[in-house]
Amino acid sequence: MVVAPVAAGQEPALRALLHSMNAEPGMADPRNGVVAFAQFDRLHFARLALLDDALQADLRVHGVEPKRLATCLAFIGDCDGPADEVLADLAQRAGPGLARIFAHCEGFAGGADLLAWMRAHDRSTAASFVNWVGRSVRQIREESALQRALAARVPRRPVAAPGEAERLRRELGAWVAAEVGAGRLTLTPAAPTPFGWQLAKLANLVAVPLVGIVALPLLVIAAPLFAVLLRTREARDPELCPRPPSADLDALLELEDRDITNQYTAIGAVKPGLFRRWLLTVLLVLTNFACRQIFTRGYLARVQTIHFAHWLFLDDKSRVLFVSNYDGSHQGYMDDFINKVGWGLNLLFSNGVGWPRTRWLIFGGSRIEQSFKYYQRRHQVPTQVWYKAYPGLALVEMKRNQRIRRGLEQAAMSDDQALAWLRLL
Amino acid sequence: MSTALPVEFSDIQGLVRFGYKHHTEASFLLLRVRDRDAARRWLGAVPVSTAEAIEPPPDTALQVAFSSEGLRALGVADAIVDAFAADFVAGMGNNANRARRLGDVGTNEPSRWQWGGAGREPHVLLLLYALPGCLAEFRRRVGAECEGGFDVMADLATSDLDGIEPFGFTDGLSQPLLDWERRRAARDAERNDYSNLSCLGEYLLGYPNEYGGYTDRPLLDPALAGTRLPRAEDAPDRSDLGRNGSYLVLRQLRQDVHGFWQFVDRQAGGDAGRRERIASAMVGRERDGVPLVGPADETIEGGGVPGDLNAFTYRSDRDGLRCPLGAHIRRSNPRNADLPPGAPGIVSWAKRTLGFDADALAHDLVASTRFHRLLRRGREYGTGVSLTQALAEASGSGDTGLHFICLGANIARQFEFVQNAWAMAVRFDGLPGESDPLLGTREPAADGTLTDGFSMPRADGAAERLAGLPQFVTVLGGAYFFLPGIRALRFLATTR
Repeated sequence: MVVAPVAAGQEPALRALLHSMNAEPGMADPRNGVVAFAQFDRLHFARLALLDDALQADLRVHGVEPKRLATCLAFIGDCDGPADEVLADLAQRAGPGLARIFAHCEGFAGGADLLAWMRAHDRSTAASFVNWVGRSVRQIREESALQRALAARVPRRPVAAPGEAERLRRELGAWVAAEVGAGRLTLTPAAPTPFGWQLAKLANLVAVPLVGIVALPLLVIAAPLFAVLLRTREARDPELCPRPPSADLDALLELEDRDITNQYTAIGAVKPGLFRRWLLTVLLVLTNFACRQIFTRGYLARVQTIHFAHWLFLDDKSRVLFVSNYDGSHQGYMDDFINKVGWGLNLLFSNGVGWPRTRWLIFGGSRIEQSFKYYQRRHQVPTQVWYKAYPGLALVEMKRNQRIRRGLEQAAMSDDQALAWLRLL
Repeated sequence: MSTALPVEFSDIQGLVRFGYKHHTEASFLLLRVRDRDAARRWLGAVPVSTAEAIEPPPDTALQVAFSSEGLRALGVADAIVDAFAADFVAGMGNNANRARRLGDVGTNEPSRWQWGGAGREPHVLLLLYALPGCLAEFRRRVGAECEGGFDVMADLATSDLDGIEPFGFTDGLSQPLLDWERRRAARDAERNDYSNLSCLGEYLLGYPNEYGGYTDRPLLDPALAGTRLPRAEDAPDRSDLGRNGSYLVLRQLRQDVHGFWQFVDRQAGGDAGRRERIASAMVGRERDGVPLVGPADETIEGGGVPGDLNAFTYRSDRDGLRCPLGAHIRRSNPRNADLPPGAPGIVSWAKRTLGFDADALAHDLVASTRFHRLLRRGREYGTGVSLTQALAEASGSGDTGLHFICLGANIARQFEFVQNAWAMAVRFDGLPGESDPLLGTREPAADGTLTDGFSMPRADGAAERLAGLPQFVTVLGGAYFFLPGIRALRFLATTR
């Protein structure tokens, strides 16, 4: 995730360049002449978005005079393997195009070392959610091809005789093996998780609860004080949820619903003061912990339509950037949020300036439908360039395709299991 | 016991409460304002039927609704118009994103509509209902009265097909029951059973909705409105222009009855029993309205008695073995609660809420139904086509279909959501490559994936799958309207 301020006066030219990368509004041409995303087969999603400081003015409701912040360019990708390797790969194979883009940013002189510059501007996220940890672009594509082939092949008639379902499954298995042998299908075995990653995950698994246990006595003692501090703030913090201007809404809508998946980029100021700053920091550490240790298998609490989501602190933790890729339309995404994980949204975003009033960090807030819907649209910024490696594919079918492959590769199944597997097709 | 104010039926247009079923004759007039002053004079005094019950029913009933263009054409200030919901202000047929979401692409494209596309928005919608034999005279009289102020853009005739929609299925069985007595407390609480009882604020502006909140609508300075408008419940220092009004969605849907039955017949290999089975699977009900999900024996709040054609949910058929997941009525109203069903107790509740119950999660792809209900008020048009005709003739000579009408307080969360996330969705409940079997456009997805399938899951093997469904329904026109309360109507006719 590279974030860099745009140089003075360069914004119009940068916008034009970004625009030239698109095949239709907001949708990157996968083989565009600037950065041909399609050649990077470890890249799931990528986006380029301009982040302005328009909503900094909201800080005035807290009596804080906002600082002017330069408009930033954010280049965000979701990839397989270490991000640094992919960054190096990008610098190597799309260097000239990236240099053209970043030449509009402050401090990128012509002839600068692109990779070193990108690394210097690379930000780590405060929390990240990955729908299915370890599912690679290659796996997604191969399994989708497998599903299509099998769905066209499977006999669509009732299975009557005992043992027939399992016999059918084995026949299909043999057929797939032949197709693989003939080079018409590919099923690459999953790459093992690098040892370093396993170690880091284990360290995270131990460290976060450990800190929690150590701090527990302190937390118990501080709980009443925390409750008082929280509740006074929740009662007092101003709401700021005006309706976004229709022109802004149209600019966002123009980019949406061109694929089953959509993008969301939003930015906002954190409420001033140490209380909210620390609270949000702790909550993001816990969110990250939950996403890394628990929500790694296709769901974030009840929501199953988010591919990737990231929270990132900017400007010395005075602002938070939230980006996600989700299936369905924006209205559906927001209704899903309110109805399924409204509590989770409140937990994090109620630390942002103007969020609809919450009670005890999880109640109210996003459930105040009208205010919440205005708030989230008002904080959204257009994503100028957005790339998805597997157009048309939704999470629900990726999950099913995985089950199809797993079932196919299983040595033996009972008739009931084989029948359930056939019904996936 | 609710302490909410009683509902003033005399300030609500009758269509919100009644379907005017005795008034089997109806005609919908789409008007454009020609002479603003004459139009306003007429609208300021025209008798409009209210939601008060009258016995015996009057011979005729008139209802009036405005598009946002229409409000502007009548001289209503931009500041007032722009305070209505964004979808209403934008209109149905002049935004490419909306067209993508609603499935108004390909042959449904607004540029091909007979009315409602960009530059051809109706200003005022008059809905005329009459007892048998009374429409012609009523239509003539209303036409003559409003001639001075308006041009008639289209006169949408309707026909009485006796409660059967043109494909031959009993229609209009599922309707929400409005909480007219305001029994339901106005607060935000999780509901773990499907209920057919629905908060007034889901259909009428100015009342609390299912979230216990109020939908945005123009709240005016009382100095401007005087005593002509009621005060807002949630902001007593403001006059509420929305109160007792609703948004009305109108879409003219042409149905290819011949195409439908001939396709189904080909799939059935000419076998009559199989033909009925496939057609009902696509709809989700038998032609006489009996739901495929099986004998309806559930008690549902606000949902009639067990045995009623509307007293059922899909809880007992989660995999769609009896009623396919993608059947038209299952897409339009999935009848689920806020949380997938599970064992009683707080542990099960917490597991389901946090997503730790894999079984519940697998059946949690479709959102809570109660936020996405439609109060339907459509009428058929054209001549009915019998099954024999549909199979025998090459194609129909006439034009038949549905003037789809629904009312709601939130177009985006109700009509647009149902149309986009449920009906037209090509991944509804995880189904691959299909959209609504009746309404689908069959336009391939952006990546070329076909969307013209229909699957009928079965217990004993891979789902039976139809492919190559043609488009059966074509959109010929559409618009969003505001159906004001009576006082709001008079106010709009006089304000500047």
